[in-house]
Amino acid sequence: MKARRPQNRRSCGREGVSMAYGFMTIYWRDMIRFVRFKTLLVSSLLQPALWLAFFGIAMSSNFDKLTAGIPVPAGAHPVGYLTFMGAGIIAMTTLFTSLFGGIVILFDKNWGLMREILASPMNRNHIIFGIGLSGVTKSFIQAIIIMGFGILIGTAFFAGYTPLQTVIGVAGILAFVAMFALGFLFLSAAIAISMESPEGLQGVITLLTMPIFFASNALYPIDTFPEILKVLSIYNPMTLLITGIRYFAIGPDFVSLGKHYAYTPMDIGWAFGGLVIFTLIMFTFAWWRFQKAVVT
Amino acid sequence: MEHADPEPAIIRVENLEHAYGDFKAVDNISFSVKKGEIFSFLGPNGAGKSTAINVLITLLSLQKGTATVAGYDVTKDPQRVRESIGIVFQDITLDRDMTVWEILEFHGRLYNMPDDERRRRIDELLQLVQLGGKRNERIKNLSGGMKRRLEIARGLMTRPKVLFLDEPTIGLDPQTRMRMWDYIQGVNNEGTTIFLTTHYMDEADHLSDRISIIDHGKIVISGTSWELKNTLGRDIIYLETNDNEAAVSLLKDLPSIRDIKIKTKGFLLMVNEDGTKVLPGIIDTLRNSAIEITTINLKKPSMDDVFVFYTGREIRDEGAAPAKPAFLRAGGR
Repeated sequence: MKARRPQNRRSCGREGVSMAYGFMTIYWRDMIRFVRFKTLLVSSLLQPALWLAFFGIAMSSNFDKLTAGIPVPAGAHPVGYLTFMGAGIIAMTTLFTSLFGGIVILFDKNWGLMREILASPMNRNHIIFGIGLSGVTKSFIQAIIIMGFGILIGTAFFAGYTPLQTVIGVAGILAFVAMFALGFLFLSAAIAISMESPEGLQGVITLLTMPIFFASNALYPIDTFPEILKVLSIYNPMTLLITGIRYFAIGPDFVSLGKHYAYTPMDIGWAFGGLVIFTLIMFTFAWWRFQKAVVT
Repeated sequence: MEHADPEPAIIRVENLEHAYGDFKAVDNISFSVKKGEIFSFLGPNGAGKSTAINVLITLLSLQKGTATVAGYDVTKDPQRVRESIGIVFQDITLDRDMTVWEILEFHGRLYNMPDDERRRRIDELLQLVQLGGKRNERIKNLSGGMKRRLEIARGLMTRPKVLFLDEPTIGLDPQTRMRMWDYIQGVNNEGTTIFLTTHYMDEADHLSDRISIIDHGKIVISGTSWELKNTLGRDIIYLETNDNEAAVSLLKDLPSIRDIKIKTKGFLLMVNEDGTKVLPGIIDTLRNSAIEITTINLKKPSMDDVFVFYTGREIRDEGAAPAKPAFLRAGGR
């Protein structure tokens, strides 16, 4: 019993450390699960590539033929549909992965470690951060695979870039992916901790993905949308992400599907800022849900 | 150490109340647990045991009353309480796709144990609960008893002052239960205070230094197993006669008889003295009044008898209280 005393005192000092690194424990555990389920791992890496290979190639062979006659403005850089929608596929994959990223929380709540975690001295924010970090890691892996595979089958990502520009381009894309992923991971975690059944969670997520994906510039320009849909699409985090990806992967000035895109660094700053605001709101939401969470 | 008390209480609960809406799950209970003892909450499902335990381990907020665990107030200092306790939850709280080692490693990291201490402790505990050979086994491949042992090991990772066990042997087969009792006793012998809830009479009886019987959110009676049984007298005699009413009125004033309970076909006598000595006198008394005895049974009061006596019924399932009369169970077991 006597040996306990100094150890206790040490644990007071260690509290600062636990405040800083608690989320790494959650991250470590979630990554164990990620690499352990081999089928899930392989399918989650294969799925975006398949989208690009089948949907991308099928659509681009049509669209490129249809838009071939549209004149390209002088000085603008024309890109094929595969390149255009490649950015959309990165965004779509990130959206799906992130929205499902919180599902482990629901499983833990019903059959797993959530009671242990909630009864531990660790601050609950670390659950949110840990899930966020592992979700971002997964999205990074997927984004890089899509970029690599995309270039392999003919997307003109980073075409004509110097090596340094390519590195900056990839870093820029990952920064956008990270911010967007965090926002939806926080949302997913908040929903998961509040729900009782995996079926319910699945329903909510499916309900969310549809409008977020289609009311965006992932597959087509949004300019010709009816006014209300257009406004929704402009402020859709998905659109902000895709704008960022296209800026870094294709360039500030290009033409696709007969539409001229020109972005200033300011536009991109605003897009990123929009994602930051979205993510902060989602974090606040998740924080509130986790404070209220009672699991017994 | 922390208290000057001669018998320091490691858990002290006063006037604790906890309600879900209008339903009072815990209704004004007070008790204390002494350092180093095994203390049990014995009660049927839905009696409020888990609610009480969840308030003490800070998973539920305290609504009314006060509670301190290991010297810390559960409302004012929940972090300190959490650092001082270990918990084995009622339901299995494991990840079936993680390994035995990973479960313990995760817990150690969660509680921020330094690397070397964590590694050492895992080795020690795997020895203690005899899971050394299962270190890299996935949880889904473990038996129910192994999972429970792993959870006990996990509860002990941080060398807690109090280990909370919520229904530790629920759903285990009799042999495994008895082995689990050995582990729990072993842990207690090494100085850890144990607070356990159970609805198994034999478990409370076998393990506990002190027991509180809890029903409908209230503590009905507390004491050592021996004290509780003694409240029913030294022995219990069950009689069936051809005229129970006359027999009861004849016997109720005998000095050796503490209490009489009427049953459907017979009645029970709780006696203060050795039943084997009292019985011949009782038989004579009844014979002299021409009352014919058809059945006799003599036994020591068991925890079942105590439970039924104080809660007024046999252990019930999930909150459903059958309207059985408040009689003791027939003694022919």
